[in-house]
Amino acid sequence: MSIEIAPMATTAPTPPRMPLSTPVIPNDKPRNIEKPVTKVVVKDLHFHYRGFEAVKGVTFSLYDKRVTAFIGPSGCGKSTLLRCLNRMYELYPDQRATGEILIDGRNILDPGVDLNLLRARVGMVFQKPTPFPMSIYDNIAFGVRLYERLPAQELDERVEEALRRAALWDEAKDKLKESGLSLSGGQQQRLCIARAIAVRPEVLLLDEPCSALDPISTQRIEELIAELKSDYCIVIVTHNMQQAARSSDYTAFMYIGEMIEFDETEAMFTHPKQRQTEDYITGRFG
Amino acid sequence: MNLYTRRRASNALILALSFAATAGGLIVLFLILGSLLWNGIPALKGTLFTKMTPPPGSQGGLLNPIFGSIVMTTVATLLGTPIGILTGTFLAEFGRGSRIAPAVRFVNDILLSAPSIVIGLFVYEVMVVPMGHFSAWAGVVALAIIVIPVVVRTTENVLVLVPASLREAASALGAPQWKVIVVVTYRAAIQGILTGVMLAIARIAGETAPLLFTALNNQFWSANMNGPMANLPVVIFQFALSPYADWQVLAWGGAALITFTILILNIVARWVASRSSFSQ
Repeated sequence: MSIEIAPMATTAPTPPRMPLSTPVIPNDKPRNIEKPVTKVVVKDLHFHYRGFEAVKGVTFSLYDKRVTAFIGPSGCGKSTLLRCLNRMYELYPDQRATGEILIDGRNILDPGVDLNLLRARVGMVFQKPTPFPMSIYDNIAFGVRLYERLPAQELDERVEEALRRAALWDEAKDKLKESGLSLSGGQQQRLCIARAIAVRPEVLLLDEPCSALDPISTQRIEELIAELKSDYCIVIVTHNMQQAARSSDYTAFMYIGEMIEFDETEAMFTHPKQRQTEDYITGRFG
Repeated sequence: MNLYTRRRASNALILALSFAATAGGLIVLFLILGSLLWNGIPALKGTLFTKMTPPPGSQGGLLNPIFGSIVMTTVATLLGTPIGILTGTFLAEFGRGSRIAPAVRFVNDILLSAPSIVIGLFVYEVMVVPMGHFSAWAGVVALAIIVIPVVVRTTENVLVLVPASLREAASALGAPQWKVIVVVTYRAAIQGILTGVMLAIARIAGETAPLLFTALNNQFWSANMNGPMANLPVVIFQFALSPYADWQVLAWGGAALITFTILILNIVARWVASRSSFSQ
């Protein structure tokens, strides 16, 4: 028996009038041929933490089956912005977001929204790999069991599917009963990605997923992002500009709580419209 | 150079004082353990575990107080541990940012350092007097009251040590808070919580004062929780102060028994803590 996660709008709302740019599909990228569908619309989002305004009224859209990168110097509010999208900040008192975040047309900042159901729809992977102190199998089954009661065999299949999609199956299939902590850092992070996608979310938030990993593991995660893009709306926060350029379709540049520029990645990295963006991506500050 | 010489001298002085203080503490400790071994080992015979406490001048053992101590310690632990773990969980997980949590923590710290004789007197007033007689239940309640603050403190401390990122990761999958705590946080902290329980057991195994006013003592075999029950600390207290040599030998034996049991429990607790699954 599976539980209906949440009522969804039958038609995706049209993207709001964006001051920045309308998505133009470049011809040299065959993977982007389909017209992007707006998945998330953020309108005038403010975030307050103990009287400090960390996000100062940002407005933008995220598209389904596309990767959007948030870049900007430390403390610019990009991770905070990400944590608004699944209301992770609610775990802590004194943190408050105002404005609108529409996922499929429904405002998730409404007080009536069930946080647990929301987080089942909007998966998140963190900076540091966070395997649970339990077996590799249970790490993945944990999230699935929360909302679905599956027969053992189907659960096995779900675990395998998640591990395969996260490119971890070959390394982990013989030690599913071993602790998730026995894996290497890169493997742990892929386990966390497997765990997040096993729940079958619609949006995947990646908060600097490679910053604790070596270059080879980073490359594997980036390949994984490219692979997963065909199914999810992915948002990645990164300090690494090359990573943003390599793996994203859209890039948002944030600076001191404001979104300075939002554009297609290619356009942003070749012809930034704002002086601050140019300074940042060319390494003149930040 | 003068400054440097002075610094070296004060360093040597402080170092010598530290060594002296440590040696002083250790010497006292080993004197206690040594006299316990010297006098207690000969008393640790088989009959200690098979015979009842004797009248003065005849042969006997400590079977009834050993039994009573095991029963009361076990029941008190079973009673105090869940309350302690749940309260510790409240302080570490649910009470964050609430106004009641600091108050609970403060009261718990007072309880943690309360003299055990006060706890014994309290239970005497609220249980023994209304019931009209001493009972093992009253002893159990007094010991449980000692267990609770120890378990609350350690539970809170180890839960706070579980990284927030782990809780966030579980919440991010859509897990409700109780599930995050039970399935993820407890699992990460289980060794620490068990260590706290072990320390609490070690603490109550040797408590005498709270039992003097509650379970009192019993010369005979009794498994009746509603009546007075023999227990090692009170028997040691009574026998050691008696003028009879054979009672004094039994008291040494009981003292050695408790000490070694607590020593073993502490070693086990440390061993359990050292192989914590959460050290990455």
